[in-house]
Amino acid sequence: MKKILLGNEAIARGAYEAGVSVSSAYPGTPSTEVSETLAKYDEVYAEWAPNEKVAAETAIGASISGVRSMCAMKMVGLNVAADPLYTAAYTGVNGGMVVVVADDPGMYSSQNEQDTRMIGRASMIPVLEPSDSAEAKEFTRLAFDLSEEYDTPIILRTTTRLAHSQGVVELEDRKEREPIPYQKDVMKYVMMPGMAIKRHLVVEERMKRMAENACTMSVNRAEYGDLSIGFITDGIPYQYVKEVFPNASVLKIGLVNPLPRKLIEEFAARVDCLYIVEELEPVIEEQVRSWGISKAIGKEIFTIQGEYSANMLREKVLGTLPPIDPPASAPARPPILCPGCPHRSVYTAITSLKLHAAGDIGCYTLGAMAPLSAIDSTICMGASISTLHGMGKARGKEYLHDWVAVIGDSTFMHTGVNSLMGMVYNQGTGTVVILDNSTTGMTGHQDHAATGKTLKGEMVPAISIYHLCKAIGVEHVYEVNALDQKELREVLKRETQRDAVSVIIAMSPCALLKGVSFPNKCVPIPEKCRKCGACLKPGCPALTKNEDGTIKIDPTMCNGCGLCMQLCHFDAIECRKVGE
Amino acid sequence: MDSKNIMIVGVGGQGTLLTSRILGGIATRAGYDVKLSEVHGMAQRGGSVVTFVRYGETVREPIVEAGQGDVLIAFEKLEALRYLHFLKQDGVVIVNNVRIDPISVVTGAATYPEDILETLHARRRTIVVEGTKTATELGVPKAFNVVVLGAAAKHMEFPKEDWLDVIRNTVPPKTIDVNIRAFEAGYELE
Repeated sequence: MKKILLGNEAIARGAYEAGVSVSSAYPGTPSTEVSETLAKYDEVYAEWAPNEKVAAETAIGASISGVRSMCAMKMVGLNVAADPLYTAAYTGVNGGMVVVVADDPGMYSSQNEQDTRMIGRASMIPVLEPSDSAEAKEFTRLAFDLSEEYDTPIILRTTTRLAHSQGVVELEDRKEREPIPYQKDVMKYVMMPGMAIKRHLVVEERMKRMAENACTMSVNRAEYGDLSIGFITDGIPYQYVKEVFPNASVLKIGLVNPLPRKLIEEFAARVDCLYIVEELEPVIEEQVRSWGISKAIGKEIFTIQGEYSANMLREKVLGTLPPIDPPASAPARPPILCPGCPHRSVYTAITSLKLHAAGDIGCYTLGAMAPLSAIDSTICMGASISTLHGMGKARGKEYLHDWVAVIGDSTFMHTGVNSLMGMVYNQGTGTVVILDNSTTGMTGHQDHAATGKTLKGEMVPAISIYHLCKAIGVEHVYEVNALDQKELREVLKRETQRDAVSVIIAMSPCALLKGVSFPNKCVPIPEKCRKCGACLKPGCPALTKNEDGTIKIDPTMCNGCGLCMQLCHFDAIECRKVGE
Repeated sequence: MDSKNIMIVGVGGQGTLLTSRILGGIATRAGYDVKLSEVHGMAQRGGSVVTFVRYGETVREPIVEAGQGDVLIAFEKLEALRYLHFLKQDGVVIVNNVRIDPISVVTGAATYPEDILETLHARRRTIVVEGTKTATELGVPKAFNVVVLGAAAKHMEFPKEDWLDVIRNTVPPKTIDVNIRAFEAGYELE
């Protein structure tokens, strides 16, 4: 049966067909749908882990026990999971293990533009890279086979464009697999120096053997056509090459680590002119050049930044572009916090007290943008609390009196909790605001350990963030209503002056969360409006001005959070029950 | 045949994903190779959103690039203007006659262009659809996207019955009726 599937859905389908038993992951755009799709198959156990390191270790454990396992993550999640994975390259696997890593060229929703192929090389883990949904499914199945054949975890690398494109996929049946028997083997699974020294040799030998065999693997394919121009390419850029140069010779690399050297040398010798087309870092190019193939043209004309396109190839290789109108001038429309978002309310209180905020990763990072402009720094998952701690240790307690750390509930459970432990243990001070909207918002509403629901939809006891903070040893923990300006301001004012660790849990569910209903709408009273614009300051998209300068509230957008009403000094906005 | 290149643009939350999936469904049903490219994650939160649908004998790249589009379906006027240069010279724009101010306009940092429809008409073949108004009158204001799709469908090669069939198979079961009514209303618009 044929079906159009998202790249991520196709990967999940491939894993399902390959008989995967266990999947563990932490959500991260553009990888999230892999795990969400896997969870829909009854035969597969799929879970959300608190973070990518835990997910990778869970997959490693499942593999050692003899079943096929998977973990999916975005590329910055791979950094979190790097510790177990570098060593899993040494231990190898028992059941096949595949690590799906989604890169984000162009940074649609990421804080950096790192290239997973480099980490594949550094960790000596083989990397497969498909070019469309059909290949995404095929390569995933192959990845499990290769994993068992070569006794290694395999990275399946995708990019945003592949992960979030749909294409036609031929569905096949699942092949159930009996667990491979487990045998205790300390030389393979206990990585102390004496054993690891020996395993390192195994890894080197494995990669050499795989590099030789790579020359005859079907995923590495020379498509000979016009020999005057040749392209070596991988992943999505293959499609751009075929779009612009349907008759050229193309060497399509599916196994991007280790590279098929002989195949590349043979291809390079046969074509007159050779281009290497790869998004992000010159991973293929630098290796090809190191083999003495000097005619290869790569990053001297193609960019290291962002996504590629057919038009880019036309311009850089052909030197011509079809006529294109200049873009019309139109005011930008960046993403913003939704109407009724509790983060907007918390940031309004923070900025009204002129506080600085060490930020974190999630929807609430949007609070850095105008008009809120409430965030001073954003580094990575969990960093808000530890960066605040570092500032305090560097500059003293007083310095933190006009600072807070802001972190979401899911991010707190991911790695923020470790930072809070460090703060308490090392007698730090500072105010941590946990923006608890009961979900992982930015990636599209995934549950986590503090929501009380699993990826499979099972209701489970929720970990209480309040009691967790108390158990760590934070004396001052307060749960407040994230939509109440007065309460927020009072607690923020008081706690930021306290020379101790304080945690303020600002609670209100994400406005888009399923099951959240809004009984109220905010309604302007034009005759009372003084046109001061105080209600407009937080940038709620439901609010605009009428031609006469009074406030207009779009009832189809308003979720009745009441923030604008609280900011109005003239009682010119009321919150009414819907229908009144 | 050369591939047909369609773009759906709008503001995050307007349902570009659902619309592109219906388009992908109808092209698949007709036996074409199909690729769709979507936007997920951060960019969805009230920002400018674009999804691409390409179909033909064999489709290579999953995106539509500047100067390559055949049809531009826009759920908001400013977004039609923003992506107008993606259309070929003989491409057609189908635009929902609705204005949503970006936050920079609300705060007064930028102005919303007043003459968007005139600009669209001057540069490309333009069909203006009262999608939001029609959907609101039908009592299904959120289904304006399917009203606009209905208006666009009239200018495409697939039979109406096939569209209805694909909608039934694509939208959540509870919303089939609403979406069919919205599509029919759009299809009937002049």
